Amino acid sequence: MTETTSAPTATESVEEFAARAKAWLADNLPPIDPNNPPEADRGEESPWLRARELQKKLYEGGFAGICFPREYGGLGLPIAYQRAFDDVSRTYELPIILNTPTFTICAATILDTGSEDQKKQHISAVLRGDEVLVQLLSEPSGGSDLAGVITRADRQGDKWVINGAKTWSTSAFAADYGLMLARTDWDVPKHEGLTMFLVPINSPGITIRRIKQVNGSVEFCEEFFDNLELGDDAVVGEVNEGWHVASRQLYHERRAVGGGSEFASGIGAEGKTDVPIDWVGLLKATGQADSERAREMAGRAIVHKAVQEQLIDHVYHGVLDGSLPPAAGSIIRITHAETHQVGFDTALALTGSSGVIEDDDNLIRYGERYLSRQTAALGGGTTEIARNIIGERVLGFPRELAADRGVPFKDVKRNKQG
Amino acid sequence: MSDATNPEVLLFASTTQSFLEKEAPLSRLRELHAAGASFDTDWWPRAAELGWTSLLVPDDLGGGSVSGSGVRDLAMVAELAGKTVAPGPLHPVSTVLAGLVEAPENHQGTIESLISGELVASWAVYEPGKPWAPLIPGVTATPTATGFRLDGVKDRVEAGAESAVLLVVADCEGSPRQFIVPTDASGARVESQRSVDLVKSYARVHFDGVEVDSSAAVGTTEQTPELISRQSQIAQILQCAEVVGILDAVLKFTIQWGFDRHSFGRPLGSYQALKHKYADLKIWFEACKAATNAAVAAVADRSPDAEMAVSVAKSYVGEYAPGMLQDCVQLHGGIGVTWEHDLHLYLRRVLLDRSMFGTPEDHNLRVYAITELGPRASWGRESA
Repeated sequence: MTETTSAPTATESVEEFAARAKAWLADNLPPIDPNNPPEADRGEESPWLRARELQKKLYEGGFAGICFPREYGGLGLPIAYQRAFDDVSRTYELPIILNTPTFTICAATILDTGSEDQKKQHISAVLRGDEVLVQLLSEPSGGSDLAGVITRADRQGDKWVINGAKTWSTSAFAADYGLMLARTDWDVPKHEGLTMFLVPINSPGITIRRIKQVNGSVEFCEEFFDNLELGDDAVVGEVNEGWHVASRQLYHERRAVGGGSEFASGIGAEGKTDVPIDWVGLLKATGQADSERAREMAGRAIVHKAVQEQLIDHVYHGVLDGSLPPAAGSIIRITHAETHQVGFDTALALTGSSGVIEDDDNLIRYGERYLSRQTAALGGGTTEIARNIIGERVLGFPRELAADRGVPFKDVKRNKQG
Repeated sequence: MSDATNPEVLLFASTTQSFLEKEAPLSRLRELHAAGASFDTDWWPRAAELGWTSLLVPDDLGGGSVSGSGVRDLAMVAELAGKTVAPGPLHPVSTVLAGLVEAPENHQGTIESLISGELVASWAVYEPGKPWAPLIPGVTATPTATGFRLDGVKDRVEAGAESAVLLVVADCEGSPRQFIVPTDASGARVESQRSVDLVKSYARVHFDGVEVDSSAAVGTTEQTPELISRQSQIAQILQCAEVVGILDAVLKFTIQWGFDRHSFGRPLGSYQALKHKYADLKIWFEACKAATNAAVAAVADRSPDAEMAVSVAKSYVGEYAPGMLQDCVQLHGGIGVTWEHDLHLYLRRVLLDRSMFGTPEDHNLRVYAITELGPRASWGRESA
């Protein structure tokens, strides 16, 4: 359906905006049961096609990119409008899988560091549903020490030639462009010789392979670069200033992983495996609805989740009003992982043997979710690194010893080749 | 907690803070303890004069708040008082006032005396051997020709020995009711109870055929569960706010210790094992603050989610704060377990706040029961 875009007026209140969004959603998007959303396996092709379609509708209806600037296709409104939209849109099918990394990390970083042309081209393309973006950061050689990447970009004539490998990029197979960090100068310390490139994924010279995870998911990919050629227009920010761009990505990623980004639109689950645990249903299914012990344990898990939501709000506003430094975003990154842990551990305890052997109520899914528990403590940087960040950049304690500080990267010790 | 940009709130906060720093420093707490006293009876009216006791009382009953939201202002006072583990009956007096202002008939005089600080009152809600269960009292109130006769025993009554009147929860013909009862009434006997806190005192109170006039009743039978719920919420958010103030103070000096104390030629905070412990303390502190702020806001706005928000905060703060204090003891090393160091003053109060007016486990049960009653859109934002 094609709608006339009705741009919000400068004086439209949050309530008016929410009412207009509510009416538009009812007319234009399919309703869903938020506790039983349509499956959106990031490892499949179809959810991505569906997400692009839904995003296009949102764009045409004037509800895309609520917190992105108007000149790049967004609405340029404060977060209160996004939160209001989140509230009224919970019961509608939304392109939730576009939130991270496309909107909350990649588009947010391009907004911070990209050229005017890149912003005009890519931010509006993602808001229209025409582009999906991905991060190409981690490498098989190491994850947490991101500035130690060894994918190389060598200057040949007026081209950059890329060789190396990236890993843990979510749904790269479905993406159009990736933000790729490569080394452009090996004679300077590690942070000073990096450049960020915006890479068209479907280029000759890129081979994509899926990674299969413990829970069977194949959403993550590994990419191999063999003499991939890029022009200067692919450089994001300045040559050898790639660490600055990567730092913005990490900043946006930590906020996004904890659920604190204003660029995320819609707060529902991505699919069935992402649905909040239904504790009341779980207790009923396990015959423990009247067990005080079980009720207390489930109550504790509910408390932890509620506090996580309150903390997201608290940290977001704390960073905004300056009472917390920007690095405090790592707080919600850690509590996100811990809230998952409390939830999965409690579910494992409450399901007992029916969590490990299939029965009629499919409680084995809780055992299976437990198998991937640490995902939340690893993705987006480990919680150990996040604790360093809080200790050093929020509390101000001395930095950890780094043996590579000030050393030309070519002289830095690397993994032993087995 | 209150609007930090409102100049009147800022002035109130700074007046309250300097009063506490001057009149209720930790050294004063130790002096009171050495003298076997709970608080200075002359001191309390001067604290009341600053406005602490009028915050929950509407203008027409002689009260008034600073920001327009007395609950927020009062939580701020409790938080500031937590920073020096201040003595005094702020919590019991506020809890009683929270009930009386909802049903002021026959109690205007009591409200006025509580505002001025000349009267101290406390909520007699716990009973010997029983957990937190405010709506199922064992003390009975039997109707008489002129009023009621109270029989039974209450305990864990804060400042019971210092209170001239108690707000007593009693079973009246199968329903809970509340009564204002003077502690010197014939048939009432007050025995003091030791607590883990350095100064806060508690009392067991026996009621043996205590006769009160019908005007002693607070509110109607129908109103009572609502009053008890409001009083509980006020008591619980004050505890959470006090703990946030305590954690703020304790974390400040414990973090400073991490910079100043050197081992093997390095500051303690440079060791990753300790740095990560410090990071956890910071995370849990912000989480305690977030949960408390949300609970205070919900109670202040009389939100339908208030009961949930308060139980969430009371559970979370109660689960984490004692362990956080113990972590701070650990980070201090041996000095942390000495009487001389101030850490135990804070730890004592945190422990009391954890266990009174519902343990974390009690509140987890409450949170589950509320969840069972029906889905609330605001409690399901993210997975797990």
